Amino acid sequence: MSAMLDIPEEDRLILEAIEKWLERDVRPHVMRLEHADEYPHEMVAQMREMGLFGATIPREYGGLGLSAGTYARIVELIAETWMSLTGIFNSHLIMAACVARMGTEAQKRHYLPRFASGELRGGLALTEPDAGTDLQAIRTRARREGDAYVVNGTKTWISNGIHGQCFALLVKTDPEAQPPHKGMSMFIAEKGEGFTVSRKLEKLGYKGIDSAELVFRDYRIPAANLLGGEEGRGLQAALGGLELGRINVAARGCGIASAALKDSVRYAQIRRTFGKPICQHQAIQLKLGEMATRLQAARLLTYDAARIYDAGRRCDMEAGMAKYFASEAAVENSLEAMRIHGGYGYSKEYPIERYFRDAPLMCIGEGTNEIQRIIIARQLIERNPA
Amino acid sequence: MKVLVPVKRVIDYNVKVRVRPDGTGVDLANVKMSMNPFDEIAVEEAIRLKEKGAAEEIVAVSIGVRQAQETLRTALAMGADRAILIVATDDVHQDIEPLAVAKLLAKVVEAEKPGLVIMGKQAIDNDMNATGQMLAAILGWPQATFAGEVTIEGDHALVTREVDGGLQTIRVRLPAVVTADLRLNEPRYASLPNIMKAKKKPLEEKTPADFGVDVSPRLTVLKTREPEGRKAGIKVKSVDELVEKLKEAGVI
Repeated sequence: MSAMLDIPEEDRLILEAIEKWLERDVRPHVMRLEHADEYPHEMVAQMREMGLFGATIPREYGGLGLSAGTYARIVELIAETWMSLTGIFNSHLIMAACVARMGTEAQKRHYLPRFASGELRGGLALTEPDAGTDLQAIRTRARREGDAYVVNGTKTWISNGIHGQCFALLVKTDPEAQPPHKGMSMFIAEKGEGFTVSRKLEKLGYKGIDSAELVFRDYRIPAANLLGGEEGRGLQAALGGLELGRINVAARGCGIASAALKDSVRYAQIRRTFGKPICQHQAIQLKLGEMATRLQAARLLTYDAARIYDAGRRCDMEAGMAKYFASEAAVENSLEAMRIHGGYGYSKEYPIERYFRDAPLMCIGEGTNEIQRIIIARQLIERNPA
Repeated sequence: MKVLVPVKRVIDYNVKVRVRPDGTGVDLANVKMSMNPFDEIAVEEAIRLKEKGAAEEIVAVSIGVRQAQETLRTALAMGADRAILIVATDDVHQDIEPLAVAKLLAKVVEAEKPGLVIMGKQAIDNDMNATGQMLAAILGWPQATFAGEVTIEGDHALVTREVDGGLQTIRVRLPAVVTADLRLNEPRYASLPNIMKAKKKPLEEKTPADFGVDVSPRLTVLKTREPEGRKAGIKVKSVDELVEKLKEAGVI
């Protein structure tokens, strides 16, 4: 699309390679895998071969060291074809980003190259049955015993929970600490005894990918796996990953919004009513005009947040705006696409109903859109004292 | 053995082309361009020959506008070792004609001395299907066009050609020119790490003047127009009526 023409040559080549892969090896299989809710093993193997699991991992640790800007475009492109796929490497890379940012040198050397090659895959284990956006309320507990910690608790909605092997696990090392975040720590937890997957969760959309519940019963983890080698920095690690996480989700929202628009633009030229293609009816034109403008605004917010992230500046407000706006754009565009497609939009023979099921996750995941607006407002106040 | 792979930058096969209002050709401004798919197959074949130990070095060459260096980077990312770009025009709408391309390639062959030149059988933009044949003629080399299978046997190549009646296998002495058909292989896509490494591979820039070749056009395009739209069909009520209509149309 036109959005591709003004980006650096190297990035364009990367996006073109991914586009080719999507056309040849993904698009023909999406419908089948989606409706069977089947894990895309082959695509994961291809993503490994392409090096996607190392996309944002620093080059010195075997990754590609791509900027958030390029990465956002990759996510958008893949989400445009099948949003579920982006979850397989998004949360993996956020786990890697936690290690890259907060890990000790030994932890980085040990884990990052294996994350980058995809030999070890995983994600973030933050959410619990009773704590999501409010992370300080988590109850999973890690008690020190000699040179290890013993973990007990439950994590839920963990992407890659079944097929991943390694997770950035947020726990309380001191439940009494005040403020509570001082008692929170993060571990790099590989599957082992006491670490079980209790079930695969059934969802409205986001099919194919394994969202699971993880249960820890006297799971022993070496103290060497405490991220950064120091207790009390867990929340900082988790929140630091969320800026990139929100840019990710914003990009996914752009992808869905873009797919909904592209399909609508095509369909509106083919479908005829009252003697002409429906794109010649004002009712449809108004929708297309809205959808395209919304998508463009969502993209610009997303690229802008990524640009600030790449400049190394704080971007929770910008990432929050992008995540909020782009996810709502995905919901609205998918609903409009359904109206344009009429009965076909509601049919499982077309992908529109998938966009419509996938889009709301963008509003809920990675911090609800409600909290995003609160973050934006708080930042506004902080940056503009009266 | 060194393998030379000429690649052309063409309008992407997924793009719906539009004829320029003045009828001089297809609009190429601000549209997605890619490597000619048949050339991609040729690059893939060269890489496979290298992987099998039948080739040591792969040199990709492109002739056209400066932006063709992206096409060369793609070839490098797939696995070519180095690239030569001959900037022959700065007008994206000027097509360098097969004869000029063949003359330039002949000069590159003179300098590089490859044991094999493998290229797409034709470019999907103008479907000339001529450059490979012209190059072989200029060089006085054997040619094996429309290759569906290529095997190197010592100083010969065994090439199975896709011809109208089926498959024809010929044996040509190397050095030779081989042109790739659709079923020769399925090209790999470049992995992201290789795309990043490709940036560091050598890409040499030349001009036609460096080789003393005149690339000015000899052909004149009189008119370009879009194919006629499909006419609406009719509905028949029964098989009998269908058969009758088909007979009327003289197709059965």
